Amino acid sequence: MSVFFGILVDGVSYGMILFMISVGLTITMGLMRVINLAHGSFALIGGATAHWLTSEMGVGYYAAVPLAVLATMMVAMVLEKVFYRKIYQFTELQQVLATIGITFLCIATVNYLLGSTILPIKIPEVFTESISLGFRSMPVHRLVVIVMGLVVVVALFLLLERTNFGIQLRAAVDNRTMADALGIDTVRIFALSFSLGAGLAAFGGILGAELLPVEAYYPLRYMVLFLVVVAVGGMGSIAGSFLAAIGLGIIDTAARYIVPEYGTIFFFVVMMLVLALRPRGLLGRI
Amino acid sequence: MKKLFAALSAASAIGLASAGPALADHTVKVGIIAPFSGPFAIWGKQFQEAIEVYVAQNGESAGGHRIEFVYKDSGGPNPSGTKALAQELVISDGVDYLGGFVFTPNALAVAPLIDEAQIPTVIFNAATSIIVEKSDYFVRTSFSLWQVSVPMAEWAYAQGIRTAAISVTDYGPGNDAEIAFKTAFEALGGTVVDTIKMPLATTDFAPFMQRIKDQSPDAVFGFLPAGPPSFAYIKAYNENGLREAGIEFLGTGEMDETTLEAIGDAAIGITTAYHYSGAHPSEMNQAFTDKIDEMFPGSVTNLASVGAYDGAHILYQMIGAVGSERTEAVDVVRGLAWESPRGPVSIDPVTRHITQNVYIRRVARDENGRLVNEEFDVIEAVPDLGLVEN
Repeated sequence: MSVFFGILVDGVSYGMILFMISVGLTITMGLMRVINLAHGSFALIGGATAHWLTSEMGVGYYAAVPLAVLATMMVAMVLEKVFYRKIYQFTELQQVLATIGITFLCIATVNYLLGSTILPIKIPEVFTESISLGFRSMPVHRLVVIVMGLVVVVALFLLLERTNFGIQLRAAVDNRTMADALGIDTVRIFALSFSLGAGLAAFGGILGAELLPVEAYYPLRYMVLFLVVVAVGGMGSIAGSFLAAIGLGIIDTAARYIVPEYGTIFFFVVMMLVLALRPRGLLGRI
Repeated sequence: MKKLFAALSAASAIGLASAGPALADHTVKVGIIAPFSGPFAIWGKQFQEAIEVYVAQNGESAGGHRIEFVYKDSGGPNPSGTKALAQELVISDGVDYLGGFVFTPNALAVAPLIDEAQIPTVIFNAATSIIVEKSDYFVRTSFSLWQVSVPMAEWAYAQGIRTAAISVTDYGPGNDAEIAFKTAFEALGGTVVDTIKMPLATTDFAPFMQRIKDQSPDAVFGFLPAGPPSFAYIKAYNENGLREAGIEFLGTGEMDETTLEAIGDAAIGITTAYHYSGAHPSEMNQAFTDKIDEMFPGSVTNLASVGAYDGAHILYQMIGAVGSERTEAVDVVRGLAWESPRGPVSIDPVTRHITQNVYIRRVARDENGRLVNEEFDVIEAVPDLGLVEN
């Protein structure tokens, strides 16, 4: 029984990290329909900035996290204006090529500025402590990720479903011409949504750094993880990504505990089964 | 007049003959193949810095031959690309010697080529035992997983550790480490309670840690590539309470100097068996690390640095003795013994692999507050046990 709960706890926390680093992609790729393979680059920019702030500039963690997320959003705004406005109009293959190119640019830049070794983010002492759950203990930083993941789900749901911005965004992605005609400033809406996606990537990258360490090759190393979560969850569905991330996290953790020699194959078997039965993902919109 | 001319020319001929190699405008070229870009670029950087330090300390020539290093970027594991680079170096650049090689498949790929072209090749890293058997022109200055894993098992047993779990990354070197540790530990009477092969891409080690903890062995032997896997593994080891439960971690190269600071306090007290520590207490190593620090501020020395530094030493010995007449060059270094920054070493005359001390070290903070591998026990003059025992 304790094995079962152990797997459940580890699985949920791993799944929540998957969700945190993928949820931004649900917005840019899922909602905005741009095949954004550069998603991990924003997590990298956020993580590298947080590393620089905490390790080199002596900024405390709680100040460094929002600063790094804001910095990433600003970089994303600039990239959106310079590149992505054109990329939106591209065909799918062109989007793939353009965004993978941006990924390589980011990797090379971080490599040049900070080197190719791990860029640790100094976390507060309390994060590394373990807390007891009764039947087992768990590091605090995992608990923080779980809580923040839940906060992000709720906040995004409210933002997209209950605010004017959310309504305008949904209108703009469904029919941009019509939205324009109705006086919605779609250029601004797209820029804001894109930088929101990038900011979430940065936030997830920083929070997940204890488990998925930040280094120059981060965007390529974990690209498949982001894409699988969004594909299994269903394009554009925040709730779908959440379910997919938690489900995949638990399955992957259970497989590693029980049959480690089969590696991560179950992760991909589940992905194939889900996509075979529901090509649009668990909760995908048409 | 004729006599004088004859005498003069004879004298000059003798002069030329004796000083020939020095006077002749002859440069011996050495091709270094290593990753200088991509995720493994740190290897090329460490190699090049160590070679440049060796050159700064020992001059640009040996035995009157000027030595020039030509660096080529192999990227990651890439056998066909590496072979093409070696061919290019030999044919277009006219190199007489090769060095470098981080990955086993890359080193194996050049074996037929160096046999045919008779190019002595010094391996600075690639650590699978069999490589040196594939060509008589290979000399290796790194280590093998057998060489460090067997001493780890023996030391652990001597400390009273009787049961161990093994957790290795599921690829070539991981399998080598697993078999070496298991063989040595069981031969002594120890029990391996579980063997876990962890996927190469994994960085979430919590499930493995839980599985090991549930079996409560005396120790867990691990092998992981230095970088994100070793970083996340050691954190998971601490955070899942294995350290508290008294399950000692035993490893080899996980506490690599280039990632140690990133792991931080979580690394303190971790025990590993390895052939080089950046903090090895000797004048030779002090001079080496000081020079690295002077020429490349912010750089640290690790196994790659010492492999390349000793590799440069081997190359200097060969070139100093025979220059570009390289066909018999390897014989020059068979049995060669010298002091390296890692301690006393020699080249085994038969296997052409380095025989060296293996140190038992523990991570601690030095007087400057830097994390280092502090040596506290030593197993002397260990050969490549993979070649001896298989």
